[in-house]
Amino acid sequence: MISSAAAKVKVDPRDAKLSMAHFFVAFGALAIGGLMGLLQTLVRSGKFELPWGIGYYQILTAHGVLMGLVLTTFFIMGFQYAAVSRTAGTHSPAARRTGWIGFWLMTLGTLMAGVMILLNEASVLYTFYAPLQAHWIFYLGLTFVVVGSWVDGAAQIMTYAKWRKNNPGQPSPLLSFMAVINTVMWIVATLGVAATVLFQLLPWSLGLVDTVDVLVSRTLFWYFGHPLVYFWLLPAYMCWYAVIPKIIGGKIFSDSLARLSFILFLLFSIPVGFHHQLTEPGIDPAWKFLQVILTFMVIIPSLMTAFSLFATFERYGRSKGATGLFGWLRVLPWGDARFIVPFIGMASFIPAGAGGIINASNQMDQVVHNTIWVTGHFHLTAATSVVLTFFGISYWLVPHLTGRKLTKAMNKLGIIQAWVWFIGMAFMSGAMHFQGLLGGPRRSAFSTYGDSQQALDWIPYQIAQAVGGTILFIGIILVLVIFINLAFFAPKGEEEFPVGEAENLQEKAPMVFENWKLWLGIAAALILFAYTIPFIDIIQNAPPGSKGFKTW
Amino acid sequence: MHMHKFEKIWLIFGISCLVIFLTVVGVSAFYMGNKPPSCLTTIDPEKVDQTKPFDKPGLHKVEGKEWDYELVYVASAFSYQPAQVEVPLGAKVKVMATTKDVIHGFEVAGTNINMMLEPGYISEYTTTFDKAGEYLIVCNEYCGTGHHLMFSKIEVVK
Repeated sequence: MISSAAAKVKVDPRDAKLSMAHFFVAFGALAIGGLMGLLQTLVRSGKFELPWGIGYYQILTAHGVLMGLVLTTFFIMGFQYAAVSRTAGTHSPAARRTGWIGFWLMTLGTLMAGVMILLNEASVLYTFYAPLQAHWIFYLGLTFVVVGSWVDGAAQIMTYAKWRKNNPGQPSPLLSFMAVINTVMWIVATLGVAATVLFQLLPWSLGLVDTVDVLVSRTLFWYFGHPLVYFWLLPAYMCWYAVIPKIIGGKIFSDSLARLSFILFLLFSIPVGFHHQLTEPGIDPAWKFLQVILTFMVIIPSLMTAFSLFATFERYGRSKGATGLFGWLRVLPWGDARFIVPFIGMASFIPAGAGGIINASNQMDQVVHNTIWVTGHFHLTAATSVVLTFFGISYWLVPHLTGRKLTKAMNKLGIIQAWVWFIGMAFMSGAMHFQGLLGGPRRSAFSTYGDSQQALDWIPYQIAQAVGGTILFIGIILVLVIFINLAFFAPKGEEEFPVGEAENLQEKAPMVFENWKLWLGIAAALILFAYTIPFIDIIQNAPPGSKGFKTW
Repeated sequence: MHMHKFEKIWLIFGISCLVIFLTVVGVSAFYMGNKPPSCLTTIDPEKVDQTKPFDKPGLHKVEGKEWDYELVYVASAFSYQPAQVEVPLGAKVKVMATTKDVIHGFEVAGTNINMMLEPGYISEYTTTFDKAGEYLIVCNEYCGTGHHLMFSKIEVVK
């Protein structure tokens, strides 16, 4: 994949500038969103109250929007834009212009939504929850974020298409292929949220229609809400599959299997939204179970991924002369932040994935649904596996883009940062899991529920969460220090953009993997299969619609 | 496309576990009746107070049904009707709930009763209260400023 690589080894400075623009917004969102997260854990410990009439649910909304939508989308688009530029060649001026338009649309949308949250006009959480009715500017702002991300993603697709045209019959560079899979999945998934916002929430919040169909809105939202988490995860997988092997000095275990697993994610990430709606009325239990089965299909590419990664590690270790069953672990580069930071994220994905299986297990969801267990779960998946990998990526990508070096001191600080994060998360997410099993609800301010004994038993866990939240906030300060150093102050130099090579270069990936008509066709068929009949049922048997409420 | 022998073994093992697991969950749900709450009955959310059985929230003894009692709840921001109820130990109870305004949660902490209440829909779950003591009902779905103040209590008595 990097046979014609000499000219592409460095990301063009014009492309670097657009990627960096994304990262400034992403890390800005991390700073503010992180502070909001800290405040939430402090409030919920019962020892602290918010000053100046700021509402708990206002900062909760800000935390969710900034971390779940802004940090992730901006980081991912910035990373993928650079990865495509690095592996498929510099973006054309037209693609770059498209990228900038997307970036500014997303930024404008973020500001609109942010201002409405600050004014307390939109404390509806990023999951919307109609018939709670936010200000229409909030909905319009988030529409701009989504539409902006489509335009932004189009830039990657344009450059990929150009590469395919110039290299007929050749499999595309692995990182570009993966970036395009993720972008395509994102576009298909966001159609759902775009539909509920444009056809339901915007006309309703503008007063053009009086009522909203709540279940239709929720179903459209969750059609988007689960692939959203795979949109976060796949860039981390890009790093694990295609970047880490190069960092440790090994090879990609199998280029073809990596592509196959991404295709499976494209197919099975979307027709699964009902597993977020398992305890809801109005949806037939047989259709819920069908989507549970489809949900579990992603376990297959996850198992493939786990196998490939550890196979890469072991083969590298043995090539260095390691012996014994686990001797290869010892020779991995534990002192290299570019490796160990994503590795901690990778290891966290084992318990995180296991928790996810519980959540999606049909009736088992009743034990944990909307308890703080779920919050603990996605702070392991998104806020540890994904985010630590993103931090690890930025430690080489930011200096690569700014023409600087990751110094020894920053490398060390990066490793410290990851351990601080791990310890903070063990406290916070661990306590959330245990409290959730006892029934403690998520998305709730401090309460003793009329001095109920059950609720009093939850308080020690809430204090542990505040301890964890405080440690994590220190972690956020550290990562911001590193980011600013690498963006502005680190010494000038060359930092590598590592791109792994497959172990077996003779074995070319089958061209069928690049057949988008085929994969999009299967994806569409699965979506129609999983959603058509239940969606018609929901509409045909709909109760009277709901008018808007502002209960905050 | 070549697949390593160990990877084949790994995937066959993993996929077999998956099939067994899903079979267990499916048999439990559809053969043994442990489906998650999925009531399909609708209601006009503006006329909850005039619609049976929600015109009379609380515990009602019933005859000739599979369950002994119906426990009827009406949720609205930020309270449940009734706010306190006593249930006899060992009673088989059908919990029926709905909301008059926004989405609420209905979770009896420490039990498997956990369902979403959505405007226009009735949520139901049938269960047996086989342990005495006080149980807290919490709203576990965000509903507004007073979300964390929304609760009710069930006393299971001998």
